[in-house]
Amino acid sequence: MPVNETLSTYSDWCYGAAVGVYVLAMLFSLIDQAFGRRVPKAVRRARERELVGAGGPVLTEDVPVTDDTDVRTDGPEPGERARRLGRMSVALTVLGATLHLVALVMRGVATERVPWGNMYEFGATLCLVAVITWLVVLRRFPIQHLSVWVLLPVIALMFLGGVVLYSDAAPVQPALQSYWLVIHVFSIALGSGMVLVPGVVSVLYLVKNSRLRVADRLPSADVLDRVAYRTTVLAFPIFTAGVIFGAIWAESAWGRFWDWDPKETVSFVAWIVYAAYLHARAVAGWRGKPAAMINIAGMATMIFNLFFINLVVAGLHSYAGG
Amino acid sequence: MIAFLRNTWRGLTSMRTALFLLFLLALAAMPGALLPQVDLNPVKVEEFVAANGWWGRLLNSLGFFDVYASVWFSAIYVLLFVSLVGCLTPRTFEYLRSLRARPVITPRNLSRLPHHREGTTDGDVDEVMRAARERLRGWRIEEREEADGARSISAERGYLRETGNLVFHFAMLGLIIALAIGKMFNYEGQVVVMADGSEFCNSGTFAYDSFSPGLRVDGTELNEFCVRVNDFNAHYLPTGQADFFRADIEYQVGEDLATNTWRPYPLEVNDPLRIAGDRIYLLGNGYAPTFTVTFPDGQQRTLTTQWRPADQITLLSEGATKFDPPGVTDPAQRREQQIAVTGLFAPTATLQGKLLASSFPDLRDPAVAIDVMRGDLGTNAGRGQSIFEIDQSMVDSGRLERVARANLRPGEDVRLDDGTVVSFDGVERFAYLQVSHDPAQTWVLVFSVFMTLGLSTSLLIKRRRVWVRATPGAGDDGDRRTVVLLGGLARTDQAGYGEEFGRIADDLLPEREPEDAPQQDVTAGREV
Ligand code: HEM
Repeated sequence: MPVNETLSTYSDWCYGAAVGVYVLAMLFSLIDQAFGRRVPKAVRRARERELVGAGGPVLTEDVPVTDDTDVRTDGPEPGERARRLGRMSVALTVLGATLHLVALVMRGVATERVPWGNMYEFGATLCLVAVITWLVVLRRFPIQHLSVWVLLPVIALMFLGGVVLYSDAAPVQPALQSYWLVIHVFSIALGSGMVLVPGVVSVLYLVKNSRLRVADRLPSADVLDRVAYRTTVLAFPIFTAGVIFGAIWAESAWGRFWDWDPKETVSFVAWIVYAAYLHARAVAGWRGKPAAMINIAGMATMIFNLFFINLVVAGLHSYAGG
Repeated sequence: MIAFLRNTWRGLTSMRTALFLLFLLALAAMPGALLPQVDLNPVKVEEFVAANGWWGRLLNSLGFFDVYASVWFSAIYVLLFVSLVGCLTPRTFEYLRSLRARPVITPRNLSRLPHHREGTTDGDVDEVMRAARERLRGWRIEEREEADGARSISAERGYLRETGNLVFHFAMLGLIIALAIGKMFNYEGQVVVMADGSEFCNSGTFAYDSFSPGLRVDGTELNEFCVRVNDFNAHYLPTGQADFFRADIEYQVGEDLATNTWRPYPLEVNDPLRIAGDRIYLLGNGYAPTFTVTFPDGQQRTLTTQWRPADQITLLSEGATKFDPPGVTDPAQRREQQIAVTGLFAPTATLQGKLLASSFPDLRDPAVAIDVMRGDLGTNAGRGQSIFEIDQSMVDSGRLERVARANLRPGEDVRLDDGTVVSFDGVERFAYLQVSHDPAQTWVLVFSVFMTLGLSTSLLIKRRRVWVRATPGAGDDGDRRTVVLLGGLARTDQAGYGEEFGRIADDLLPEREPEDAPQQDVTAGREV
């Protein structure tokens, strides 16, 4: 199985370009976050009350509100300019995601297999899922000034992937030559990539409920909570299915459907943490902050599973370190 | 006493406890991922215990190196199981009751609900009711007459949520039971078979190199079959990365055993042979060098013993091939003259200084670097000994001595001081096979699929209610008008009901003319 070197080089370039575009998008969004809507608390509260009533997606923040402390004399007022950057940031994110997708497709074609056959590729797939999830969320909730918080971990992961975990395009070893590579790994990437978004949003939820000054620039706790819950609720069954597919694969690859391999164990732990999150929302006294913290713990477990377990604790997952 | 029991039971079966137990289970599972585990790697456990002194021994006696078989881990999941049963029993009854229940009566004051909207239309009460019934098709509906000619509809939807939830929890129960049954009746054994037409039969635990039975398995009633490994194929990329493994095997099972019929099967990684309720896996492979010892009296002994890969990438292997002198019956004398050939085998030899190394996993240029040891191997001491090593204590006490050291290619030999000749004849590949048996694993799969289905259903469907009340009234201009009131309530923790309610309200109260029909549309409270 020869590897198409040219194509895999183009793929690497696209990957790099995608990261670059994400960085730009993040900077734009950062400006939006910092200057886009400096709204005095009282005004915000009033506006929220007004707009929550629409019953549909909450449009709390879509209307420019001038900040009296920040008006300059010439040009469009800075809040407006920052918000325009915010919209450009979304457009850039779409562009970045497209490049990102192209990079993965080219790698897949170059190696004649699915583009998630090692840590580098798996990380890239996962990050793409996270970005797309975020873009879908943005279609329903006008909270693009939060992009910076989602893009930050994505860029960090992609940087780590591209620099530390990078591996040359190559066919996979016999242990991975199975259609379960397509099914299991993709569903896991889908589940864990999606889960990045609610994790980040839950962090913001905690910030919103804190005394930090950024809290003023975040959407209402209610919106954050809803975004986190809805994405988790979609991601969790997908992740569950991914674990089951893994078990089916393990049955035909390792001789046992469940072996308490470190990766299996931590998946189990992550699964329980998310199950606990869903339960927590049904128990009085656990809603709100505790639930958000559990959600964050869930994301932390997933990331721990991806990196620490792969790179430090060797288990049966044979692609680790590769 | 009864009160105590009842309180314990209540406490145990509350959601809060279940939540706590779930967390505890997650926490308890963690050491299994972070500390070495006996069932995955016993050698590492020993090293870890040795390296950590009393601390390691304490962890060991508390079961931290065999977490999933430890008392505390089992205790948590038994408690969780009980809690689950306790939670499920009342819920099931409630569910069955709710199957036939009618949607609840329309609240007197709809404007107190989390979602509500009010408006007036030109149509009469009948028309409004008809439109509402039409719009709420698929909902469970109850229409009621009220005072003053008003009528109302209570509608409820999303009963599947509770169904999904129960399916999920019952499937989880089933899963736990199936796992327990598997634990009792499973077995698993590993065996090395030379790829030169050697056979292996599943006739008893003695046939295996290692065997781990379930709690109710004693190894006397294994499923009968035989396997013969004719050849082993491996293919590597130029980088040395493995690309393909296949053991060409033949097997016989059932009637074939009596008629001695062999059926071929290409055994590959990821593709086990499934026969007689057992599965046979290709787990690994390696090399077995063949040595011949020609004793001074001319007698020859030839052995092909597997050596274990010391490096998984280059397949540099290490081992010890052990010979008893032929024709010596006196144990004391025999102990003087046992011979072991021990050292390294490289499938593609390179020399690093004077050390043998391997540069490629395939057989391109095989060579061995051996020490020939003579004396007492300690095999009769009654202690089991690794087939890959010689007993170092015998060397330390001087009872086993090195008498030669050599690097050999196939066909080369080395002569000892007493005239004995040790020759390296060649190398055979071996396949490392595993036989597994677990009668409950299909059930585990079935239950986990139901778990996922139930879970998705219960997460993605929301249980929600809508009420519509139409009251005949008069408009400002004296026309007959109907006042329509809508109320909505999501019964479960579920985001996004407001949007659906908004759509229903839009459909039932279409024209919004703020001048003559002041409409109120409020979503109050915390919508989650
Ligand atoms: C968060 C949890 C998990 C992640 C992120 C994960 C990820 C992966 C990835 C990336 C591969 C790799 C192949 C590759 O692209 O190189 C893989 C293979 C595999 N996974 Fe998982 N997995 C997870 C959980 C599980 C579980 C719970 C099981 C079994 C019960 C499982 C069983 C397998 C098997 C059998 C393979 C292929 C064989 C091998 O790598 O030797 N995985 N997994």
